[in-house]
Amino acid sequence: MEVNVEARRILAVSISKLYASRSQRGGLRLHRSLLLSMVMRSARDIYHSSRESEQPNGEQPATEEPMDTNCDPKEKARLAPDLADTSADMAPGVSDKLDESDCDITEDKENLSPAKQSRKRRGKASAAPDFLPSKRARLEPGEERYAAPVGSCRAGVGDYRSALTLNQVIPAF
Amino acid sequence: FAGVDSPGGDMQWCFSQVKGAIDDDVAEADIISTVEFNHTGELLATGDKGGRVVIFQQEIENKSLPQFRSEYNVYSTFQSHEPEFDYLKSLEIEEKINKIRWLPQKNAAQFLLSTNDKTIKLWKISERDKRPDGYNLKEDDGRYKDPNSITSLRVPVLIPMDLMVEASPRRVFANAHTYHINSVSVNSDHETYLSADDLRVNLWHLEITDRSFNIVDIKPTNMEELTEVITAAEFHPHQCNTFVYSSSKGIIRLCDMRESALCDRHTKLFEEPEDPSNRSFFSEIISSISDVKFSHSGRYMMTRDYLSVKIWDLNMENRPVETYQVHEYLRSKLCSLYENDCIFDKFECCWNGNDSVVMTGSYNNFFRMFDRSQRRDVMLEASRENSKPMQVLKPRKVCAGGKRKKDEISVDSLDFNKKILHTAWHPQDNIIAVATTNNLYIFQDKVN
Repeated sequence: MEVNVEARRILAVSISKLYASRSQRGGLRLHRSLLLSMVMRSARDIYHSSRESEQPNGEQPATEEPMDTNCDPKEKARLAPDLADTSADMAPGVSDKLDESDCDITEDKENLSPAKQSRKRRGKASAAPDFLPSKRARLEPGEERYAAPVGSCRAGVGDYRSALTLNQVIPAF
Repeated sequence: FAGVDSPGGDMQWCFSQVKGAIDDDVAEADIISTVEFNHTGELLATGDKGGRVVIFQQEIENKSLPQFRSEYNVYSTFQSHEPEFDYLKSLEIEEKINKIRWLPQKNAAQFLLSTNDKTIKLWKISERDKRPDGYNLKEDDGRYKDPNSITSLRVPVLIPMDLMVEASPRRVFANAHTYHINSVSVNSDHETYLSADDLRVNLWHLEITDRSFNIVDIKPTNMEELTEVITAAEFHPHQCNTFVYSSSKGIIRLCDMRESALCDRHTKLFEEPEDPSNRSFFSEIISSISDVKFSHSGRYMMTRDYLSVKIWDLNMENRPVETYQVHEYLRSKLCSLYENDCIFDKFECCWNGNDSVVMTGSYNNFFRMFDRSQRRDVMLEASRENSKPMQVLKPRKVCAGGKRKKDEISVDSLDFNKKILHTAWHPQDNIIAVATTNNLYIFQDKVN
């Protein structure tokens, strides 16, 4: 559990560094961006593997990359330049998918249509980075959020782990 | 002075000089970004974040005496690079000087290469100590004489004048790098040099500015698959066909330009297997190599990663022959160092003239020397408090935890804003130049 908290913190720090590096003089540094993305990947892997071990019934937490698992290649190609342009649009999307620590079942974002997803992801208003206060209602004990049925998007468990691709972290030069 | 208590072997380092502003409020433009001695050690060049180059010249008081004091004084100052704007990408190009490399001297003038993120320049530094006098057609102030007033002819003569040192840009090597240039290295053939950015290494001829040859390209077709970048590159000191480049994964590749035009396939690959017990979130960052330097002999090379210095024998690829921990007490602090960005600091390293000692910097204005032959090491500090003339530097110790002994400093008291990233060692003598944020310290060995 401590590792989980640590991983979340590191992810939050990494995302804020990515934000900050956008306004750096001299432009984004490829080396630094690469290292940041590697740390984020490790933290995310640890975070998700520790969450998996908390849910032995096999139900997976929401993935951060519904884009990859749901979008068809054309959609992805269309979105990739947008993602590549501003990591701000990506970063909230990444943290968006991380759970609040106080609820076990999250809103299923994978089952939204790609079109809906893309609109949602690009809107800054809808993106709430993990380290900011949550805007979602706190669950009372016994309450449940609506959980979408386990769909085909959940099938590729192994895929999503590697799916935070550098394309989404490192803007295309 | 070769006693056991004398760390660093027989050497006793003394303060010699300090250059730069005294006040604590550091102007960003004054931050030193590179330090380099020329091949004789007579000249010492520094580059800063403001794009300026300052060259110091050694004035030796009586070198024949066993304890001579060498003093470096300002020889030339010039603006090498200016900030630029890339309109296509909407990006500012910093004027910070990333590297300076001297060319071996061929005539009276000195030449150096200086580079920022995108452009390399060849500068000629020449002395002028005579000026022509006695023109027939011009007055002393340059005004043209009335031709009718000239009644006789004379031969102009050269008369002495105050020494003037002029720096002029002789070549500008531009538009060859998409990514940020991290290294420049002059070949032993004295005709070519390489420049390296995150993904490519280019070969230039010093006389030709409108083209360069790409000799290494590690850019993947799909940038999503990028896992490794080039962090430093250097030519072999004697073999003009050989160079190395280091990567963010802690790998060094040695390439032979005779094998193919594009050296994407290395001749040798140097990598030490990772110690699984040291695995952490930050393992990848701290294994990234920040500097690679061949020994003067050409037999070894040294790499610097975040926590250590490694010496590699070019004949052995699977592990370094020597590893020195620079500041192992930081290993448990990696998370904090990640948060305050220090983990991204790129420390350089250097060899002494006969390859027996290596030096690198650390935090709190500490720097380390590792004596390879005597198996001794020392940590010293560059600070204004220890800057009385010829004051001997006291060895410093950091206490990792537990009881702090007298004179030790605890890890948590270290000032991580005071970092020594750039150091240089005189090619022949025991004189070192150590750059703190905005000051340049010169130390020399007491006995020398």
